[in-house]
Amino acid sequence: MGQNKSVDFATGLFIFLGLAAMFFLLTQTTNIEAYGDEGYTVTARFSNIGNLKERAPVSLSGVTIGRVKKIEVDPERLDAVVTFTIDSRYSAIPADSSVSILTAGLLGEKYLGIEPGGDIENLKDGDEVLFTQSAVVLENLISKYLFDTASGGEE
Amino acid sequence: MRLVRELRDNSVEFLTSFGSAVIFFLRLLAYTPRALLRPRLVLRQVYVVGAESLVLIMMAGLFVGMVLGLQFYTTMAKFGAEQSLGAVVVLALVRELGPVVTALLFAGRAGTALASEIGLMKATEQLSGMEMMAVDPVRYVIVPRFLGAFIAMPLLTAIFNAIAILGSWWVAVQLMGLDNGQFWSPMPDNVDVFDDVLGGVLKSVFFGAAAGLLAVFEGFRAYPTAEGVSRATTRTVVMTAMAVLVLDYMLTAILI
Repeated sequence: MGQNKSVDFATGLFIFLGLAAMFFLLTQTTNIEAYGDEGYTVTARFSNIGNLKERAPVSLSGVTIGRVKKIEVDPERLDAVVTFTIDSRYSAIPADSSVSILTAGLLGEKYLGIEPGGDIENLKDGDEVLFTQSAVVLENLISKYLFDTASGGEE
Repeated sequence: MRLVRELRDNSVEFLTSFGSAVIFFLRLLAYTPRALLRPRLVLRQVYVVGAESLVLIMMAGLFVGMVLGLQFYTTMAKFGAEQSLGAVVVLALVRELGPVVTALLFAGRAGTALASEIGLMKATEQLSGMEMMAVDPVRYVIVPRFLGAFIAMPLLTAIFNAIAILGSWWVAVQLMGLDNGQFWSPMPDNVDVFDDVLGGVLKSVFFGAAAGLLAVFEGFRAYPTAEGVSRATTRTVVMTAMAVLVLDYMLTAILI
């Protein structure tokens, strides 16, 4: 019996260690909190999103307050509709705030930056942000500079 | 002419082995629900193949992680990219190195033990003795061992990965002087739960099934002599290594 007990102990320890390691990997090294859904959802339309990706951060004053949830093209208006969630702690964002697609560093990942407006009303679940600024596409900038074709497609 | 004949014989033999391995696998699957009704037999094998491989897996994980930390740190520092080290190490480990290295070590440590144990049971006529007593050896000897390997592999892989990440953390942060925050902060932005971590777990599940199956299969069909058992042990390591590497490419191609 005594030997059986120590085998049971080692088996239990092994399975416990395995699950603890799995838990460590999932919580410490991944973006698992980005899949949490608490918060409210807002949409914004852009004529060009650059290479913004799902689960990209949404930041206000440089602090991440939400994540991009879904990116799709409106088949009628032919623009990109970006749906993003904002943590419910930040519920006092004015309704006339503007959203731009920015780049972290010179060649980094794209993220959404919120610039607060001055409206008394706040953004609510399901609202659409009206003031948006699309991603800056490097080729368009260069061609504007080279050929001075100011009537590019962006903005 | 002789070459052609040998080629033909070898490919026929390979396909025959492959076919009997698949049939054996289906037989194991059919027995699995009943084997789970006797969890003590299975848990005993989880102990034998899992808990007893733990020290090897942890040592290997620690040093693989430390080497990764050292190699990537020195290389990436040349490009001024050492702040991505944490993410690179984690991605390399959870997607590729963790499942593959664990499976190869598992084949050497536990697969050989399983194959030679079953082969010796066959050589000493314990298996036919069980059959005499109307005890099905597949049900009481083979299936618990297969399930033990199948359960142990993902757990061993997770432990390997966790220890390896800590090993590379130790080298990068404690020895090479990378900032602690710089090591951990790029991970959540670059490592995805489903694509990376759970993809790696899926790989280890497949490798566990392959390594467990090949070990018990080679043991069970071993020629019941000393030489037959030693051949079965060798074949277990060789076949598992091949199967794991081929499966790894196929799974990677599917998961990407």
